[in-house]
Amino acid sequence: MKFDKEYFNIGRLDLLSYQDTPVHRLDPRAKVITTLIFILAVVSFPKYEIAALIPFFLFPVLLISFGDLPVGFLIKKILIVSPFAVLTGMFNPLFDENSISFFTLTFSAGWISFASILLKYTLTISAALVLIATTSFPGMCHALRKLGLPSLFVSQLLFLYRYLFVLMEETMKIVRAHDMRSFGKQRMQSHTAARIIGSLFLRTVERAERIYSAMLSRGFQGDVLSLRQERIHSTDILFAISTIIVIGLFRWHSLPVMLGTLIQGAML
Amino acid sequence: MAFFTRDAWNTYSGSDAVSHHIVEFKDVHFRYPDGTDALQGVSFRITHGEAVGIVGANGSGKSTILMHMNGYLMPSKGSIIIGDLELTRHTRQEVRRKVGLVFQNPDDQLFMPTVLDDVAFGPLNLGMSPEAARQRVHEALKTVNCLGFEHKPAHHLSGGQKSAVAIASVLAMEPDILVMDEPAANLDPRSRRALINMLKTFTHSKIIASHDLDLILDVCNRCIVIRNGIVVADGLSKTILSNETLLEENNLELPLSLQRR
Repeated sequence: MKFDKEYFNIGRLDLLSYQDTPVHRLDPRAKVITTLIFILAVVSFPKYEIAALIPFFLFPVLLISFGDLPVGFLIKKILIVSPFAVLTGMFNPLFDENSISFFTLTFSAGWISFASILLKYTLTISAALVLIATTSFPGMCHALRKLGLPSLFVSQLLFLYRYLFVLMEETMKIVRAHDMRSFGKQRMQSHTAARIIGSLFLRTVERAERIYSAMLSRGFQGDVLSLRQERIHSTDILFAISTIIVIGLFRWHSLPVMLGTLIQGAML
Repeated sequence: MAFFTRDAWNTYSGSDAVSHHIVEFKDVHFRYPDGTDALQGVSFRITHGEAVGIVGANGSGKSTILMHMNGYLMPSKGSIIIGDLELTRHTRQEVRRKVGLVFQNPDDQLFMPTVLDDVAFGPLNLGMSPEAARQRVHEALKTVNCLGFEHKPAHHLSGGQKSAVAIASVLAMEPDILVMDEPAANLDPRSRRALINMLKTFTHSKIIASHDLDLILDVCNRCIVIRNGIVVADGLSKTILSNETLLEENNLELPLSLQRR
């Protein structure tokens, strides 16, 4: 059953990307570029930075609400990958020799860098997830092609996307057939798993051959051509430029610090 | 849902100006690299406008014959003539323009991520302009009753829709000869009936390999029986498909419509 669940999870993410909202309608190129700049801006902060990262949450929050995305589903996705970030940062508090005092407490500066890592991780993953959930995969591939990715890679990605679902469906059928005759044994034995993977591999090779012959019979001569010709609209340019300006503002001017000095100034 | 309309198909059958839609196999032998002798001297000649069913047991060589028709496999011995061209490595591309091959499994046929990209694949490879290709896509999808699916990804289609789009992807190339491998497999009875009705209106040569003998009886006036890589019978479908002994020798049985209950 576990495999089924994962399959439908990916399917759900894929279905989300075909919704029709203002965010989904934006040109994929605009979204890819702004997401890349967003991620670069977030990871470029020094390792003890926390306060300046907070305003960046504005982007995922806005895109999620305008893109009509299910928040709980995305949070679950973020948590699934979070062990990587936790593992990366968990030893910082032990090994960092700097210490910081906060009122009467003194603790390792590693806690700060750990928190910073978690924040950066949450921001970048949620940005990537929002991009995937608001842009259809073919649209994204086309954007990458337009942005200069070699067409060979783009065709590879397109085939990956097309046959990921076919392969997963095939795997699901095998796993179901196995479960039906394994009579309550929960774990799949390793030699059974090895055979399943082997037979999947053979099926894949055979399918690849059939696909290739289908491509040849439709005149394939080495280049995958596409009819897509999306025009960039003024809204896309407006979105990209304004987003990049705000990202720049957040990157070079720490809003919380400015806000803090403002309040302090008012209090004095 | 029925996917095929009769009148739209007629735009494809075109004029009778072309008279070279001939498929001729002359003593074709083929051996797979693993040593299986799949074809051991197949000869037949299919002339313009004929509808021919190819039947036979599993493993008799039907699919191997179809794979030869567009040069995906080349005969080890013997020759194949498509239209006015002899099939060689040099004429393969030309032959593929003439012969539209619809594969049995639409997941193999639909390899592009969206319906539009998939149906346009052939026309674009034929060197058509984007506008002309778009027009072809529109007509082909109209024929199979799938207009409006252009931007759907292939894995969001139902089985019947996939089959219909797979056929559209071949129609968009406007082939002279339509070759189909088990076209009605996985179709519900209504879609199957719609497919049969559509095939009947197609006036160009068509070659259909199938175990669905009722479909062959309905669509094809001629029928070729293959056993162990040779032609064991070739004649009118009515005669062959009512010959119980011949059919049983080939792991087949009388079409349901000819069985007496």
